[in-house]
Amino acid sequence: MDKVKVIEIKKSVFADNDRDADSLRSYLKAKGVYLLNLMSSPGSGKTTTLIRTINLLKDKLRIAVMEADIDSDVDAVKIKEATGIQSIQLHTGGMCHLDAEMTRQGLDNVMLEGVDLVILENVGNLVCPAEFDTGAVRNAMILSVPEGDDKPLKYPLMFSVCDLVIINKMDVLPYFNFDLEKCREYVRMRNPKARVIPICALSGEGVEAFADWLLEEVAKWKQ
Amino acid sequence: MHELGIVFYIIRDVKQAAEQNGVEHVSAVVMNIGEVSTVVPEYLSDCWRWAADKEEMLKGCELKIRTVPAITHCDGCGGQYSTVRYGKKCPHCGSDDTWLLQGREVEIKEIEVI
Ligand SMILES: Nc1nc2c(ncn2[C@@H]2O[C@H](COP(=O)(O)OP(=O)(O)OP(=O)(O)O)[C@@H](O)[C@H]2O)c(=O)[nH]1
Ligand SMILES: [Mg+2]
Ligand SMILES: [Zn+2]
Ligand SMILES: [Zn+2]
Repeated sequence: MDKVKVIEIKKSVFADNDRDADSLRSYLKAKGVYLLNLMSSPGSGKTTTLIRTINLLKDKLRIAVMEADIDSDVDAVKIKEATGIQSIQLHTGGMCHLDAEMTRQGLDNVMLEGVDLVILENVGNLVCPAEFDTGAVRNAMILSVPEGDDKPLKYPLMFSVCDLVIINKMDVLPYFNFDLEKCREYVRMRNPKARVIPICALSGEGVEAFADWLLEEVAKWKQ
Repeated sequence: MHELGIVFYIIRDVKQAAEQNGVEHVSAVVMNIGEVSTVVPEYLSDCWRWAADKEEMLKGCELKIRTVPAITHCDGCGGQYSTVRYGKKCPHCGSDDTWLLQGREVEIKEIEVI
């Protein structure tokens, strides 16, 4: 009978990614580029919000967008057409999330010279993107009214890693039993420091608050 | 398919560890999986079988999963309780001021070699 030899490893599968993410952040800090990781469920309004926000900011900041999508390049084209800024497609090869290595490879295709802000539209999913640090300076997420005010209770990790929660589709509030105050309270339970900004990306209402937050964040990062 | 992605990270780490230890074939990999990690053990096992058999070093290699219970600590009363059973609110004192002590692990514990 052959003897079994046991070799202890004791290593989290996230360990390498956490290290890669930290080194990407140091690289971005040295270059003075701010990377925002934007997450949400599919269809919550990421692309619509980005177009509005970029059009408010493009005279003040040089912005580029990376669109993570399983296969299509619809969103990257939409952003380029609606704002004129640099926008690239990042194919995830079927993966349900982006890790730091994939983010770094995506950035290799962005002309970073003179760019102040890169926004990454992550894969639409509230579960595993929260688990993988992309190397971004901050995480933000969009929750839309039709999804319900109890999402922070159901996806605790996502809300605990985000510093900004945008509540989108405020125009449809009258048709859903979405309680904004309750939602703020649930977000606070997950992350007491998180900022909550209600908007309507369709009309543009409230979007300046997000734009101002970005301006402040980028200025702090470049100090 | 989240678990397949996780399997690729496990394979990368196991191959690296095996090479460092001069091992040519790994017969089993033991994982610690937290009760409230985002990994579903049955899916992980299925993805493992499919992907591991494509690697010479991991052909037939078994994936053994040890479940790590999720435990929450309460800052209100200093007590601890089962996260899965009681969630965010402490069953001892009713406080919401609680945090997860363990239960999110997705960790390679050890490998077995014959
Ligand atoms: N009523 C309303 N609809 C909105 C609002 N913002 C976005 N939508 C609509 O929601 C749908 C999805 O918007 P997108 O911006 O494509 O959402 P997304 O999160 O980028 O979607 P994916 O990239 O497919 O995950 C579109 O039909 C938008 O017109 C809003 O504030 N109010
Ligand atoms: Mg989109
Ligand atoms: Zn995933
Ligand atoms: Zn208690």
